[in-house]
Amino acid sequence: MSADRSDDEAPSAAAADPESLPDTSLSFGDEPLLSASDVAVSFDDVDVVSGVDLRVEPGSLVGLVGPNGAGKTTVLRAVTGAVEPDAGTVRIGGERASSLSPREVGRRVASVPQTTNLAFDFPVRHVVEMGRTPHLGRLDAHGVEDDDAVNAAMTAADVERLADRSITAVSGGERQRVLLARALAQAAPLLLLDEPTASLDVNHAVETLELVREFVDDGERGAIAAIHDLDAAARYCDEVVVLANGGVRAAGPPESVLSASAVGAAFDAEAFVGRNPATGTPAVTAFPHSDVEPRRVHVIGTGRPAARVVARLAAAGHEPSVGVIPEGDAAAGAAADAGATAVTAPPFEGPTPETTAAARDLAAEADATLAVGTAGGESVIAGGPKAGGPNADVAAAADRLVPVPADVDDAKLLDAVGAAAATADRG
Amino acid sequence: MRPWVRSAGWSAAIAALLAVVVVVSAAIGPVRIPPETVVKSVLNAFSVPSGIETTASGVGPLPVPGVGPLTLPGLGLAFASPFAFPVDAVHQQIVVGVRLPRILLAALVGFALAAAGTVMQGFFRNPMADPSIIGVSSGAAVGAVAFIVFPVALSTTVAVPLLGAVEVSLSRGAGTSLFAFAGALVAAFGVYAIATRHGRTPVATLLLAGVAVQTFLGAVVSYLQLQAGESLRQIVAWLMGHLSGAAWSEVAVTAAVVPPLFAVLLAYARDLNVLLLGEEEARGLGIAVERTKRILLAASALVTAAGVAFAGVIGFVGLIVPHMLRLVVGPDHRVLLPTAALAGGTFLVAADTVARSAPAEYPVGIITAAVGAPFFVYLLVTREVTEL
Repeated sequence: MSADRSDDEAPSAAAADPESLPDTSLSFGDEPLLSASDVAVSFDDVDVVSGVDLRVEPGSLVGLVGPNGAGKTTVLRAVTGAVEPDAGTVRIGGERASSLSPREVGRRVASVPQTTNLAFDFPVRHVVEMGRTPHLGRLDAHGVEDDDAVNAAMTAADVERLADRSITAVSGGERQRVLLARALAQAAPLLLLDEPTASLDVNHAVETLELVREFVDDGERGAIAAIHDLDAAARYCDEVVVLANGGVRAAGPPESVLSASAVGAAFDAEAFVGRNPATGTPAVTAFPHSDVEPRRVHVIGTGRPAARVVARLAAAGHEPSVGVIPEGDAAAGAAADAGATAVTAPPFEGPTPETTAAARDLAAEADATLAVGTAGGESVIAGGPKAGGPNADVAAAADRLVPVPADVDDAKLLDAVGAAAATADRG
Repeated sequence: MRPWVRSAGWSAAIAALLAVVVVVSAAIGPVRIPPETVVKSVLNAFSVPSGIETTASGVGPLPVPGVGPLTLPGLGLAFASPFAFPVDAVHQQIVVGVRLPRILLAALVGFALAAAGTVMQGFFRNPMADPSIIGVSSGAAVGAVAFIVFPVALSTTVAVPLLGAVEVSLSRGAGTSLFAFAGALVAAFGVYAIATRHGRTPVATLLLAGVAVQTFLGAVVSYLQLQAGESLRQIVAWLMGHLSGAAWSEVAVTAAVVPPLFAVLLAYARDLNVLLLGEEEARGLGIAVERTKRILLAASALVTAAGVAFAGVIGFVGLIVPHMLRLVVGPDHRVLLPTAALAGGTFLVAADTVARSAPAEYPVGIITAAVGAPFFVYLLVTREVTEL
């Protein structure tokens, strides 16, 4: 423990420095870093997971998502050999994991557990140094190479200023970063992370995932992370594996895997998958079950209020449409994400008779039409100066028009659709 | 600072303290001997190999065909004493012949118990563990007490090539020690076997198996005490721990067993640190967990057995000393293990000096418990020991 280290009180946000990641010397050529095929694990005759196939190629970050109890941690434990798979094979860098010594596994795979329960107060730096264990012989002392790896890992994970603090005296989030530093110091080509951001603040969560991204972006290394935050998984992972009900439900690039139906089925919830406006990556929003009967619903209205109604209706299983709205309106974006029909007109020019007619047809055939507006929908229907006359025509074409306020709550919205559609059934 | 450098520094300091305590202890007794006389006597007793000499009583007589019986001169090492300080012969005899074996046995036993205690506390990830936790002490007690109550003649004739039949017999004390040692190992192995399923030994199961076996063996010892009759006094003395009447032969046996095993434990100091993270994490860091656990258990069981075989059950050394040193040098076993072991030796020498200085000599176990328990209470009250 050198004294100068304790003086280092660099501001934490700037300190994370992925450039200084410890080098990994191991390379497996064309072999995938990790390939698991048909892996099954059971505890006391209860199957936790079965038929799990996984692949982590060099340069890729694979996200393992799924509801609580889906077996994400179990799959990761099967990779490290902490649990013995009942069936299937796990290969690390082409070699069967069961044929590798723990030391050899430790050189190939570094794990970041959810937390550690160290009963004795080791200094943080010592905990990071433990990451070098698989590289040291029984009587070897730490060499220059080990010190360099430890220093680089501590810098990268932004825990330098904690070096001399006791591991028992740092916060849960700091501890998680210490464990990340330990795994980086291990300098293994494959990184395994179990909920790496679970107890991190928003800044350090992003820093951590950026760091993992940086780790794999050199093209030689790879990572697999169990992540509960679907948006983060979509944003950072090259591939997402959805685990649910004891098996892999979907696997592939986030854009194709994180569909509303796949997420809804895996998490047993109603989901809407939109776009994060800041990152452009899929953003998943889950809603509680509403158990509504699917209906065709047309939405009249513009902007965020209409977009929100379209999203909620789509998540609940309804088939929404929207129009007439200006091109590029928020509601048009929501309709696109939901795979719904949107009738749009170029902004500032107003709808042509054709577009208005298209919207009228949608409203006419819908089980219910919702007029989303600021004052109970009147402004849209009455053809006020802002909403324009054409939507009054669309509203007039609807059999069952339900005005809803812009800030309508979810339950009332779904109830209104249900009630209107019920009259359609009777009529 | 490098851990091993720190370790060497601390160890040297505590070893120096141990040397001082040994000299002071050897000076104290019914006959007061000045410390410098103690040092001179000890130095006088040193002898070093100085060369090779032929001895008259060599190998033979050998029946060599055609020549007849032939006696070959033997070769042996010649020893010389480098020091020859003028010291009163009686003092020399008291220091080297009487006090030193007892002091050195105390140092070795304290060293062994504290080393095993440190390892057990790390192994069980619990600062309340001590060397007896895996049943070693109670196993030793059953072995020793059984031998005291039902002494068996331990003499037999062994045919040795060239020398013919040789009668080998064990003294009463040596028999007790042998049985204690065997009992300790049988108990430890039993606890291990009970706790092991499918090649894995969960630490929690081991702990509970230890408690169960200790309780059962405690019942056996109590039953044997009821059957003891006249030897009850001897049993009580053994159970309370004692170092009186220590002989050089006992020191030699303990010194042959303890240091090599300690070296094994020390070689695993870093693994022990990593094991503190929990077995799964340790495995992830490349530790062969079950194999390491077996080695640590076996080595510390042997060390403890060697410690209790001659001295009986001496409590608290293995519990208190590692704890105390952890507060001073921290939890890194590369530093903690050697320093705790040396401090254990120092502590037991000091405690035994008090025990034999009393008007009526007390078993040293009373002293260690009487000093150790209040210190433990002090730790409980003043440190965050409560949260463990």
